Order: sequence, then structure tokens, then C-alpha cells
Amino acid sequence: MKTINLQEQSVRELNQLLHDQAAECTEREWEVLEPKGAHNIACGIDQSLSVDIKGHAGYFCAGMNKHAHITVFGNAGQGVAENMMSGTVRVKGDASQAAGATAHGGLLVIEGNAGARCGISMKGIDIVVKGNVGHMSCFMGQAGSLVVCGDAGDALGDSLYEVHIYVKGDVKSLGADCIEKEMRDEHIEELTALLNRAGVDEDPSKFKRYGSARQLYNFKVDNASAY
Amino acid sequence: MCGIVGLYLKNKALESELGKLFTPMLIAMTDRGPDSAGFAIYGDEVGDDQIKLTLRHPDTNYDWSALAGGLEKALSTSVNWFSNSKVAVFKIGSDAAAAGDYIATHAPDVQILSAGQSIEILKEVGLPEQIAETFNLPAMKGSHIIGHTRMATESAVTMAGSHPFSTGQDLCLVHNGSLSNHNRLRDRLKRQGVVFETENDSEVAAGYLTWRLQQGDTLAEALEHALKELDGFYTFAIGTRNGFAVLRDPIACKPAVLAETDDYVAMASEYQALTTLPGIENAKVWEPEPATLYVWEREQ
Repeated sequence: MKTINLQEQSVRELNQLLHDQAAECTEREWEVLEPKGAHNIACGIDQSLSVDIKGHAGYFCAGMNKHAHITVFGNAGQGVAENMMSGTVRVKGDASQAAGATAHGGLLVIEGNAGARCGISMKGIDIVVKGNVGHMSCFMGQAGSLVVCGDAGDALGDSLYEVHIYVKGDVKSLGADCIEKEMRDEHIEELTALLNRAGVDEDPSKFKRYGSARQLYNFKVDNASAY
Repeated sequence: MCGIVGLYLKNKALESELGKLFTPMLIAMTDRGPDSAGFAIYGDEVGDDQIKLTLRHPDTNYDWSALAGGLEKALSTSVNWFSNSKVAVFKIGSDAAAAGDYIATHAPDVQILSAGQSIEILKEVGLPEQIAETFNLPAMKGSHIIGHTRMATESAVTMAGSHPFSTGQDLCLVHNGSLSNHNRLRDRLKRQGVVFETENDSEVAAGYLTWRLQQGDTLAEALEHALKELDGFYTFAIGTRNGFAVLRDPIACKPAVLAETDDYVAMASEYQALTTLPGIENAKVWEPEPATLYVWEREQ
């Protein structure tokens, strides 16, 4: 295992070492010590590495991840796993705003709470949050799934496209064009698989499903006030 | 972008180390605000029959003793004072209005940065590290402190635009964000008699709180009103004589993180600024909710 202490080496040096693994993988297991809220830790990885970050991470941790499995043993700042393509990012604590924003694939698991705009404009990522999510979560979400085991804040799924949203707790309010939908067998199946992948022990039958009413897809003057 | 930091001590035993604990917090926010920095420190209280003013003059060699002598004579009272760089703290056996009138008339180029029983505000243009060094921040003692590192977006890089803004006795505010309705609100508040010294949007927020408090609001009520009337993005940290508050706008675009232990409550724009605090590894760390008031107060 390769250990990097961010009080001794810079984030830029760490990321360069991680990027170098894309050409020739010589070390699969990485441990990052004393992150102390530094930004951009483990960004842009393009290799099947395992990276353990032992402490709180700052902004954009694990952004643009491809193939890697990254665990933050603490909280993560804004934009964790932003634009992730594949792989797994797990945050043991809370995540700040815009977790998983615009991400195309992979799995993001947040064991604590996520802040506002979790999964904003997500394009294929699966996100599982054990706690609550803040307001405007899944705003303009296009594809993928968001699972919330706690409560969701205001305007969940505002201007949603095709993301599947599952919430166990209360939803403070639904955003424009987001509606509660029937939980069919295929959804129970999908949710069960997501919870299993995330290692979260919850009963899928306790969740409600939300999705797009598809009324905002094409401009209709009757909906002008909702745009 | 700006950086804001606050440290409110619950454990009195740490009061002698307030400046030492706070200095790295302020410096850690340099990336968010490299053009000016300042802080409001609470402690070294004067009695109810006295007022403490923080005064500033652009000339480091300004003759503070002449001003103190003039005040003593005019107000028939004693003035204890000390100076620190371009700033002096005057402890005057008088009320703030009388002292303020005298200074406005006889030393118009002296700026009053704060007034109250406990508060002292020190701020300058420059890097946070230089400013901490200029004022010898690590040696300062007190019960709580609020700081700001500025990256100017809404008005010029000037001493007047640097934070904190004092808003009435012992009250101060620091702001990360930008207000969109500050011009109209400034005009409205001016008609109510609130005086503004800059074109800065944050000063309008400060002035708004002053006005609400003058209307009889408690701090919590004033902040509830602010949520309705201030339009734009903000994370505020607010200090009072015996308390500390944090408020984010309903959209909560601007970051904030809080940490609490048995010894202290700390807030910062980013977690980076909290990493040097003792026991932070085991502190309760969380992100404050939008449009939610967080207040800590001690008994006076």
C-alpha cells in the first residue's frame, strides 16, 4: 500500500502519482493521511485503484473519477464525485452541496447527510444517501437513481428528466414536474439492488418512488409559470 | 468569494489563548479572501458606566494622547487608552453618543470602527497573515472572535470595504456572498436615519440589523426579518456582547461549516480553517441548514 501524507506532500503531487497509474498500474492500494479539508483530492483518476482518505476532504473530492474506489473516512465538501464516470465513492460522514453533480456513472454512497442540490443534473450515476438530502436535490436530474433513506428537503426533483428517486422519509416539497409514482415490482428490484450495492440495510418496501411527470419536456404555454 | 471564521469559547480556561487559536483559522482562509482581513474580538469588558471605542487613523503616528486629553476635558471624565498599529482602543467614562460627537467635530479623520462594552474591531487592507502580525493577534485574549478575509466583488478594495462591520453597540457582522437589493434597501434605511459610510453591500446588511434592533427586535427577531428582506446570497456570522450567531440565506449557495466541542463552537467557510483547533478530530462537525438561525449565548 502506498501512503501519502498531505501535510508532507501536495494534493497536486498526490493526484499526479494517481494519474501516473493510468499508464502502468504498479500500486492499486492508496492511503491518504491528514487531508485536513484540502480541495481536489483524488480527482481525475482513470484506473481501478483503491484510495482511502483518512479524514475530512474539501471541495470536489474524487471528481471525474473513472474506475477507482475512493472512500472518505470523514466529511466531504462541495461537489464530491462531481462528474464521476464509473467506480465507487463512499463518504463515511456528511457531504456538502452538489454531491454527485453532473455525474455520468458509478456509485456514490453517503453514509451521513448530503447538503443542498445532491445529484444536480446527474446523468447516470447512482447515489445512495443513508441520511437526509438538502433542498433542490436531483434538480434537472437526467438519468440514474437517487436513494434517500432519511428525509428530502424542498423542491425535490425540480425539472426532472428520467432519474428514479426513492425516499424512505418525508419529502418537504416536490419541485416543478416531479410527482410521486407507483412502486412496481421492477422498482423494488432496482432499489433492492442499489441498497445491496451500497451495503445499506433498509427495507425496500418502506420507500416511495418519485419521478418526472414529463409535462416540461416540450414547451406548452399552459405550463409557462412552471418553467 | 470571501472567507469567514468565528470562534466562541465555552470553556473560560481557553480565553487567554483565543488569539492563538484563532490566528491560523484566519490565515487558512487567505485563498478565499486575500485583499483585506479583519476581526472583531470580544473581551476585556468595561463597566456599564463606560464605553469602549475602537478608533482608527491612517497615520500610525497619530497623536492619540492629544485626542484622549481633549475628550477628558470636554466630557469631564477619564479616558484610558492604548494603541495598536493604526488603531487605538479608548475606554471612556461617558456614553458613545457624546464621545462620538466630540470625535466627529474635533478629529473628523478618525474613524470609529466599533463601540460597546466588549467589542474591539481591527481590520486593514492586505494579506490575512500580515494583518494578524500587525495587530499581534496571537497574543489577544477574549471570549469570542469573528473574522473575515475579503475578496472584493461588490465594491473597491479599500479599508472601508473590509469587514467586520459594526452595527450598533457590541454587534458586528461578517458576510460571504453578495446582496442583490442593497441599493434600494440602502435608500430605504437612509430615510430611517441609518448612516452608511461605503457603497458596500455588506454594510447594508449590517445597517439593516442595526435598524431592526433599534425597532426593538431581539437579535433572533432581527435575523428573521433579514431573511425576508435581504435578497441575494449570504452566509453571515454575527457577534454580540455575549453571543455568536450564524445565518445562511434560503438558497444556501455560500458555504459554511460548524464544529462544536465541550470547549468551543467554531464556524468557517471551509473545514480547512478548523483543522488546527484542539479536539477537532472528535468535534461534532456539520453544515448549517439554509434559512436557519444558529445562536449561542452565554449569561452575562
